Amino acid sequence: MAGFTITIAGDSALNLEFAHTISPETSAKIRLAAENLTDDPIEGITELVPTFCSLMVYYNPLTISFDELATRLRGKLRDVGEADLSVRKIVQIPVCYGGDFGPDLPAVAAHAGLDESEVMRLHSAHDYLIDMLGFLPGFAYLGGLDERLHTPRLAVPRTRIEPGSVGIGGAQTGIYPLASPGGWQIIGRTPLRPYDPDREEPILYAAGEYLRFTPISADEYAAIEAQLAAGTYEYTTFVEGE
Amino acid sequence: MGLVVKKPGVITTVQDKGRFGYQGSGFATNGVMDHRAFAIANLLVENDPNAPVLEFALAGPTLRFTTNTFVAITGGDFSPTIDGKPVPLYTALMVRRGSILRFGASKTGCYGYLAIAGGSIRVPEVMGSRSTNLKCELGGWKGRALAAGDYLPFATKGVDFLPNLGSHRIEGDPYYGFGKDEIVVRVVPGPQEEMFTEAGVETFYTQAYTATTKCDRMGYRLDGPEIETRHGSDIISDGIAFGAVQVPSHGRPIIMLADRQTTGGYAKIGTIATVDIPKLVQRPPGSRVRFERVSVQEAQRLLRAEARQMDQLMLKVRRPSADGISPRRTARRLAPILEAQAQRMQADTLWIDRANRDERVGRRNDLTSASYETAAQRPTE
Repeated sequence: MAGFTITIAGDSALNLEFAHTISPETSAKIRLAAENLTDDPIEGITELVPTFCSLMVYYNPLTISFDELATRLRGKLRDVGEADLSVRKIVQIPVCYGGDFGPDLPAVAAHAGLDESEVMRLHSAHDYLIDMLGFLPGFAYLGGLDERLHTPRLAVPRTRIEPGSVGIGGAQTGIYPLASPGGWQIIGRTPLRPYDPDREEPILYAAGEYLRFTPISADEYAAIEAQLAAGTYEYTTFVEGE
Repeated sequence: MGLVVKKPGVITTVQDKGRFGYQGSGFATNGVMDHRAFAIANLLVENDPNAPVLEFALAGPTLRFTTNTFVAITGGDFSPTIDGKPVPLYTALMVRRGSILRFGASKTGCYGYLAIAGGSIRVPEVMGSRSTNLKCELGGWKGRALAAGDYLPFATKGVDFLPNLGSHRIEGDPYYGFGKDEIVVRVVPGPQEEMFTEAGVETFYTQAYTATTKCDRMGYRLDGPEIETRHGSDIISDGIAFGAVQVPSHGRPIIMLADRQTTGGYAKIGTIATVDIPKLVQRPPGSRVRFERVSVQEAQRLLRAEARQMDQLMLKVRRPSADGISPRRTARRLAPILEAQAQRMQADTLWIDRANRDERVGRRNDLTSASYETAAQRPTE
């Protein structure tokens, strides 16, 4: 594995810094390192937080000192190997675009000089890499929004955005996992709950995975919502490139 | 079996050490602000070290107990009274059914802690923790701060008796330096110290900063001389540790605490040494703080020393005669403790509830043998 530098984040955490720019390669390296430390843990590590360019490692200094942990991490992660970018785990997110679910779709279309249907097509045309989760539980920072869809945030943020809302804020797109105030342009909504505290896996996806938005009709939205309520909905995930 | 909230106080929440393992998904850790007061409160009532406690700020709650139990109050001084009588901090206190425990506004410190014997408050564990996450409305008591009329159940099994009760107290905690105008807090440099100019770093470690009114569980905003950056403070967002000192473009430090977001995009000049976080969070608005640079090795040495101190304290509380070698020395040591105990418990020295004494004595075999370490503690009939 290509190198990383270790920076100190106090007496109970450190960062493995892999790069200074955001890229799918960096994201993959971080994911590999995190997988390595999850599958074959070093005693004393309490939590891993992957971010855009680094992996934060929380540890218990009463169990392992900084010096010892740094030495072991350098040794352990030296031969993890190069990231295989061809294998992707993709989580399908059905989205009902426009209408009441996406009140800002016309504004985004007007800003881009495109039809609403073209905006939907572009937004759901390719998979988005989850660079990191943060801000709110399950809030995914996604890379790779088509430049034509970049749209400034609302001048006056909404005080409440419904959970599941799919929005565009500047060069970013994402899903609001919880009801929250927010300034992104809302173009649609998914019936799925990215964050559900009662689900076995409370968060639907993880950093390093991809999201695939699939347009659905309002009827399909209602059907999926009913299946979710009945507990019969089956989440769709793909692994590609194997 | 529990307590009824008569008045909730300004913000009273259920907290434990915090919720770990989900920061990677965007969940704040939450948990107590002051780990030291939390640890001592639980230690004094012989709870598990991570038993949930009530944490309150600015002005504390008024609580009515519906059962007999023991409690311990630590942290800032909120002038607690039981049925109108002032009671000491850092002491295991007997509370009877129907008693009212009332807290006022904080006289010293900012956060107070109430631990209840027997594993404390019975709230469900959510994602490995009983801490309250106010933003996500999960954990703790219904995911929110306490409100008037709430009834919190707690486990009371086996806590009608604390062995060596008289020794379950310490003389306050001089660690905090309450009353000092200025405290020194140690800081481990990084992870982005190089974002600041030499002059900026020098300013941070030599000038005094003042706690503002914008201090809460999420972070403490300090006021003071501007800390100069090289090229602004924006970084590509990365993880934020408990105690991270963020310096946004206005140049004044914000210290990130229990309810901080998991990631952020401002440069961090350093991170407060864990042992000094309780000292910092207990500083009320207007008080001054200075920062002293220490190595990560030194901060970890301090943390090990703190852990040893807690172990010794636990031993002293639970087994006052543990290091007594001769019976005479043990007796000398025990005499004032037992005397104090007798005074505090008045007539019926060992059992809470005289009416149920026979029943309780009948159940004595249920108690662990550890409850009968010294002859002096055996019930005398």
